Amino acid sequence: MNNKKRIVVVGATSAMAEHCARLWLAKQPVDLTLVGRDAQRVERVAADLKVRSPQSEIRIVQADFFNPGAISATVENIFQSGNVDIVLIAHGSLSSQTDCQEDLEACCKTLEVNGVSPVLYAEAFAKQMERSNQGTIAIIGSVAGDRGRKSNYIYGAAKGLVTRYAQGLQHRFEGTGVKVVLIKPGPTDTPMTAHLKASGSKLASVEGVVKLIVDGVESGRLVVYAPGIWRAIMLVLMHIPNKIFNKMDI
Amino acid sequence: MKPVRSWGRLSSDPHYAFGLNNPFGVKSIVCHGTRKGVAHGMGRSYGDICLNPEGALWVTTGLDHFIAFDDSNGRLVCEAGVLLRDIQRLVIPHGWILPVTPGTQLVTVGGAIANDVHGKNHHILGSFGDHVQSVSLIRTDGEIIQCGPHEKADWFAATVGGAGLTGVITQAEIQLRRAPGPWLDAETVPYANLNEFFCLADGSEADWEHTVSWIDCITGGGGRGLFMRGNPTSDGERPLPRQRKLTMPVVPPVSMVNQFSLRPFNMAYYYLKKWQAKRVITHYEPFFYPLDNLLEWNRIYGPKGFFQYQSVVPREAGQDAVQAMLKEIARSGDGSFLAVLKTFGNRQSIGMLSFPQPGVTLALDFPNRGDHTHRLFERLDAVVREAKGRLYLAKDARMPRQLFEAGYPRLTEFIKYRDPGISSSLSRRLMGS
Repeated sequence: MNNKKRIVVVGATSAMAEHCARLWLAKQPVDLTLVGRDAQRVERVAADLKVRSPQSEIRIVQADFFNPGAISATVENIFQSGNVDIVLIAHGSLSSQTDCQEDLEACCKTLEVNGVSPVLYAEAFAKQMERSNQGTIAIIGSVAGDRGRKSNYIYGAAKGLVTRYAQGLQHRFEGTGVKVVLIKPGPTDTPMTAHLKASGSKLASVEGVVKLIVDGVESGRLVVYAPGIWRAIMLVLMHIPNKIFNKMDI
Repeated sequence: MKPVRSWGRLSSDPHYAFGLNNPFGVKSIVCHGTRKGVAHGMGRSYGDICLNPEGALWVTTGLDHFIAFDDSNGRLVCEAGVLLRDIQRLVIPHGWILPVTPGTQLVTVGGAIANDVHGKNHHILGSFGDHVQSVSLIRTDGEIIQCGPHEKADWFAATVGGAGLTGVITQAEIQLRRAPGPWLDAETVPYANLNEFFCLADGSEADWEHTVSWIDCITGGGGRGLFMRGNPTSDGERPLPRQRKLTMPVVPPVSMVNQFSLRPFNMAYYYLKKWQAKRVITHYEPFFYPLDNLLEWNRIYGPKGFFQYQSVVPREAGQDAVQAMLKEIARSGDGSFLAVLKTFGNRQSIGMLSFPQPGVTLALDFPNRGDHTHRLFERLDAVVREAKGRLYLAKDARMPRQLFEAGYPRLTEFIKYRDPGISSSLSRRLMGS
């Protein structure tokens, strides 16, 4: 066995996950396992990370995101080659609210990929980490999960599920060696369009958000808003009375 | 549709922007579009080479993955949206460096190839395309073309400096160059006139890898300046410079570069640097990329934006032509703070539409003052045409078609390699489609 920090990233092809991985590797060589659905795309991420950090060990796991049995087996398999220090559960997809309202199939997919699947993965890791009594589970939620609103409540409901789940998990592991960090990013610019944004748009850059995530995971904070200003914004939004909130066009 | 500007901020027209976020999906976006498009990286070219109003922009910055790097021979393979900055940061600690780099590292590999960019060491190492071993192109009919100096060399010659018009560059292999570290041994030498500049340039070519000069085109009679030269050095370890990034926070209502600010600014800059002129060891970032720490500096020219005018004229006509251009600028009362004068080496570029050619290049920027500025450009054009020179496509937003055709004799050869599904403002303006 080597003494490198062991990190697992589930949903490795998401922009946020990938940039977290780049940052971890830039700090020091790690033992990194990338879990994704599309082998070709995960391999692209792995090749890039390998160039950036030749001393790191990078493994790829192609996995199912929805079948509980498969998820359980995948995670058990990962632990067969040693304990995990950090798992980042980052998969999800921001689907359109109108699609979800038009088509229950899209609605169901949105709930599954953003809510049920991350929870199943976290639960599988929790089981393993409880045995070894060490490790950090970092789950990406969203500010959208803090309060439902008409423009994205299906996605928000799935992320709300993640929020409640993480709270419970934090309760369960209080006083143990296992830490649970819930990350709530605000709207983030993808790297692909960051420089094209119209002036006046104030989306956060993915690099800035990722730095907060990596620092938050390092220090084991319970909830990381990224950027931090969203903690204040959501505090206000969550306390607006329904009568007023429901008249707002947001 | 979203408004997109190039670096000169002269226009802000709506575009259909599509992110090319993974190489496996490029074909489906580029091939099945209903409208013509053009690849767009960091948008750092000044004019309209990267714009296509009402049409598609294929944004390549999501293609930001390295593919392979061989530490033993300095071969790097990467996707086209990787920034030169990321390459430098990756390879310099391994003892390698990009052989050629332009004045900003915030550009993509694809853009560096499509504009065949040059740097301060052109007289030794040529332009960016000279170090590219292989390029992958996706054509809008779905064909994938792999080309390089030894493979489909005609396609390669069309694509290097080809303004993105031969296909979408998705991947490239670059031969890096050994470097002793991030440090340069650099010297600034003031010169009083163009005679002195040419003596310095000729006298420095053999012993200095990097040469460039800032020219004061307005005070002191025009023609004095500061000659900067540098060589890579392994001279000792020292602490890295602190990174302090400033952002130009607003677009001022009028250009901050104007007839009132320019004279005092140029004079102050010249004398300050003249007094400080000496030999120093400097980090590569401030030496190569002096403006990269001032983010969005292009905003200082105000809401109307600015033009950059970069010409190259053959050496025989060089000194007279540069003198004539400086005279026109002084007469117009317009002026330019960021004025760069440099001699190119005695080598032809690979690309059919590459800009560098033997001679001397003068780059100037001008706040956009409408007709006044355009009339000045017409007089500068006349000097360039007379001297049998050409203008740089990456900087251009306005050159007349005849000047383009006269300056780029390989144009007819190039046209055969164009992708009919690709079009930009520049291609429509200068090639008719």
